[in-house]
Amino acid sequence: MLARDQQSELRHTPLHALHLARGGKMVSFAGYEMPVQYSTGVLREHLHVRKSAGLFDVSHMGQIALRPKSGKIEDAARALERLVPQDILAIAPGRQRYAQFTNEAGGILDDLMVANFGDHLFLVVNAACKADDEAHLRAGLSDVCVIEPLTERALIALQGLKAESVLAKLCADVAAMKFMDSGRRRIDGVDCFVSRSGYTGEDGFEISVPAERVETLAEALLADSAVLPIGLGARDSLRLEAGLCLYGHDIDTTTTPVESALEWSIQKSRRTSGARAGGFAGADRILPQLENGASRRRVGLRPEGRTPVREGSSLFADVISPEAIGTVTSGGFGPSLNAPVAMGYLPSSHAATGSVVFAEVRGQRLPTRVGAMPFVPSTYKR
Amino acid sequence: MTTLFTSDHEWLRIDGDVATIGVTDYAQSQLGDVVFVELPKVGRSLKKAEAAAVVESVKAASDVYAPISGEVLEVNDALTAEPALINSDAGGKAWLFKLKIADRSELDGLMDEAAYSKHTA
Repeated sequence: MLARDQQSELRHTPLHALHLARGGKMVSFAGYEMPVQYSTGVLREHLHVRKSAGLFDVSHMGQIALRPKSGKIEDAARALERLVPQDILAIAPGRQRYAQFTNEAGGILDDLMVANFGDHLFLVVNAACKADDEAHLRAGLSDVCVIEPLTERALIALQGLKAESVLAKLCADVAAMKFMDSGRRRIDGVDCFVSRSGYTGEDGFEISVPAERVETLAEALLADSAVLPIGLGARDSLRLEAGLCLYGHDIDTTTTPVESALEWSIQKSRRTSGARAGGFAGADRILPQLENGASRRRVGLRPEGRTPVREGSSLFADVISPEAIGTVTSGGFGPSLNAPVAMGYLPSSHAATGSVVFAEVRGQRLPTRVGAMPFVPSTYKR
Repeated sequence: MTTLFTSDHEWLRIDGDVATIGVTDYAQSQLGDVVFVELPKVGRSLKKAEAAAVVESVKAASDVYAPISGEVLEVNDALTAEPALINSDAGGKAWLFKLKIADRSELDGLMDEAAYSKHTA
């Protein structure tokens, strides 16, 4: 429970009143007071997203416009490539791509989405990192870009099997969108930025809305009987089953994109012998790892018993050795799998799918199998 | 039979020299959906305030402490197969374990139902 004086320092999103009205159990998250669950509860909220649709408030996340001073989008894209190992130049108008800000040591400062909006780039970054990200962008790109935090916009995510049919009632255009399409759409008469993406492993949309219009839009979506509001608790279990990283837990400044098993997100053009190889922070560490692999790797973990294995548990090669070989970075219970599920780091020698390691929980070493991610197949509309 | 409560949201039903122990309805409402329960071994001798059982929701693990000292006589194996019983019937079918009361004076500090209601108000 939070003390009252602590609570008053927490920021509210424009949907705060809606959360309270819907029985949101409010907790502190990244400086915001956010609903960890509603009266439905984490388990049913999670299952509801996979079989129907759920609405998430992610307004605490940072939305930033990068506007090229020259007016040429390529200049902004080239400039951003100094800070991320992704091919930004190749993002077509109306498309978005997953990226990471890296540091000189090759570690990850934050992970983000980058969309090409034709005349500028639109970025969505993590709430806990947004102030640092803005400073990082200003320090790195101010010569080429105007960095504009879009603080007057809210962000909501509609996710799940029925997300398309629900949203299409308010905006017929969205049905034609494919996974990672992103751009301006009019929803229920409001100018929004809509992307077909999310962080649950399900098909769905993220919708950036002017803050003063978000409550009306959220209520319109929740008026559909297919939609329930979903809190951070289910957001966490959904993304864990989908094998998606939580910044500050599964990835951070000490993990490189290759150690984090995110090399799929680094295009050929930025790798050794690519058209624009390197030229980003930490390239001297990341490029060799892309060629030769890293000594450790983020893996999915499926505990063999029923005991949830949680963040911070040490991983061992067997039941007797005193030295841990790895650590669990996220873990809990996967409602769709009806089983415990986790992810963590292991030496590459133990990281192959199917290898068995032992997770220590309350003094006991529990057999845990390295499992392929996503644990629950994703349903993206490609 | 008397029912007593702890400030950690456990209940004890006292029947002679046996105490049946569970978590309260208030506790389950705070925990959320229970997905896993770990119970003590029968025959284990618990000291008051020692971690005795673990109740886990999707999000977190919570320890259940022995409210009094005593030997574990019986555990509720039904919870292993159906942890959600704690959400549906915390005060009844979802009892956790039974203790042979070692020291009756340890019961003195516990709350009755009226005091516990005040505690959670």
